[in-house]
Amino acid sequence: MSTLTAVEKQLQVEPKHRGYAWTIAIILSVLMFWSVSELSLALDQRGMVIAQNIFSGLLNPDLEFLFSVTNQGVMYLLLETLAIAFLGTIIGAILAVPLAFLSASNIVPKPVSALTRLFLIFVRTIPSLVYGLMLIRVTGPGAFAGVLTIGITSIGMLAKLYVDAIEDLDTKVLESMTSMGCTTFEKIRFGILPQLMSLFLSVMIYRFDMNMREASILGLVGAGGIGAPLIFAMQGYRWPQVGSILIGLVALILIIEFISNKLRSKLVNG
Amino acid sequence: MWDRLFPSKKIVLSNGSVVYQKRSKTPLVLIGLAIAMYYSAIVTNFDMVQLVQRINEFFTIVFQMLQPNLGYISGIWPELMSTLKMSLFGSVLGAVVALPLAILASVNIMKQRVIVSIVKTFLSIVRTMPTLVTALIATYIFQLPQTAGTVAIFLFTTSYVGKLMYEAIENVDMGSFEAMEAMGMSKISAFRTAVFPQILPNYLSTSLYSFEGNVRYAAILGYVGAGGIGRLINETIGWRDYSSLGMIIIMLVVTVYLIESTSEYFRRKLV
Repeated sequence: MSTLTAVEKQLQVEPKHRGYAWTIAIILSVLMFWSVSELSLALDQRGMVIAQNIFSGLLNPDLEFLFSVTNQGVMYLLLETLAIAFLGTIIGAILAVPLAFLSASNIVPKPVSALTRLFLIFVRTIPSLVYGLMLIRVTGPGAFAGVLTIGITSIGMLAKLYVDAIEDLDTKVLESMTSMGCTTFEKIRFGILPQLMSLFLSVMIYRFDMNMREASILGLVGAGGIGAPLIFAMQGYRWPQVGSILIGLVALILIIEFISNKLRSKLVNG
Repeated sequence: MWDRLFPSKKIVLSNGSVVYQKRSKTPLVLIGLAIAMYYSAIVTNFDMVQLVQRINEFFTIVFQMLQPNLGYISGIWPELMSTLKMSLFGSVLGAVVALPLAILASVNIMKQRVIVSIVKTFLSIVRTMPTLVTALIATYIFQLPQTAGTVAIFLFTTSYVGKLMYEAIENVDMGSFEAMEAMGMSKISAFRTAVFPQILPNYLSTSLYSFEGNVRYAAILGYVGAGGIGRLINETIGWRDYSSLGMIIIMLVVTVYLIESTSEYFRRKLV
């Protein structure tokens, strides 16, 4: 064995995870077999025809519909979707603040924070369409229901990300302010807000970005935005209109994502 | 521009030296936000009075949901399993396909700029399409609802994991890759031995994270006829059977919570 070179020795020292890797691979393949059991690649009789129609619709969008500025055009629908996402994000961001402080374990007692966390898990897991359908009973169909839905849906994630920021608060700053004789208001204004504000804002902008996608599907349940015209156009097989809606939507979401990334990197890097 | 309109505030310190404090932009941002909120409220017909008057309807539904219909569990179980199957298969397949696409989309490995930009554009367009819309289109093409749902989840996972992976690949240390290539290895084997180990933990953790998210997404896909528990949600709301809806939500929350905590445990170990 003395002929082993340094490289070979190093190779033998390397920890072996063979058994671990094989176990995971076997579990995963069993799960895959289990999950593939229900699938079949059978196409709908007209599946290929429809797929072709969709692609030709996407390539030849209804330009008049795309650029018209009336209340029925894509531009107005996109504006409505944007307004729903924006107002909903603001509502969610405000509602999430108290919940975030209530679930931060360094601020309130343990039982309170655990209970609030459980509540937030529920709020977060209920799908947005369910909130949408419930809120339509309150406000009737329309964009207003969409705003409230986005507001409630955002709370869960916003509060969870706020909590991370709150639990990372640097309390030494507060201690030194106390020793200088600052009042509670001054401590909040100059000790806590500057630490949290940029993180909160960055989380809000990120959520706004996600809410654009949420708002674009809420129309499927009648809660305003561009989803309803999209599903009507699809049910009526008007593929050029579907194409122009999808093009408008994808363009808007990409633009907003770009702006939000720029703003967030500016906020985080100062 | 900003500095010229609102000159910096001049402060003379007690020792005579002069410092400048830049004016805050916060008021301007706040005014902008207020205007945007005002017009958004007009566009969306925001109505506080209606909200206050009728919000109790919402809590009536919540109250009924809090008395879950335990007898409905047997009806929920198969759909819940089908949701899990859709998201598992779609996520694993999507994560596997994402890797080669990510290689094709990273500038430091593929030197052909055309391929890189085509794959990148494709990934960002697919990622931007809301999953529900992809699922809706897939229900027109495939016969089985579960297949349509799986395809939608697969496409989303591919684009999401693909994007994060090409960002990871573009940021790895290229030294060893170049050394392997210089020794005469092909691109693929150089990638496997030099780059892949660097991105592997990140890749697994991203895939697990997207699986977590996909279980949530899969839950609503049934609403557009793409299989899974969403079909039941749609039905129970249609019949105003809110106690069954409550049961569905409870089972969904427990499932998502279990999957999230397992996946979080593994992700923490990976990093």
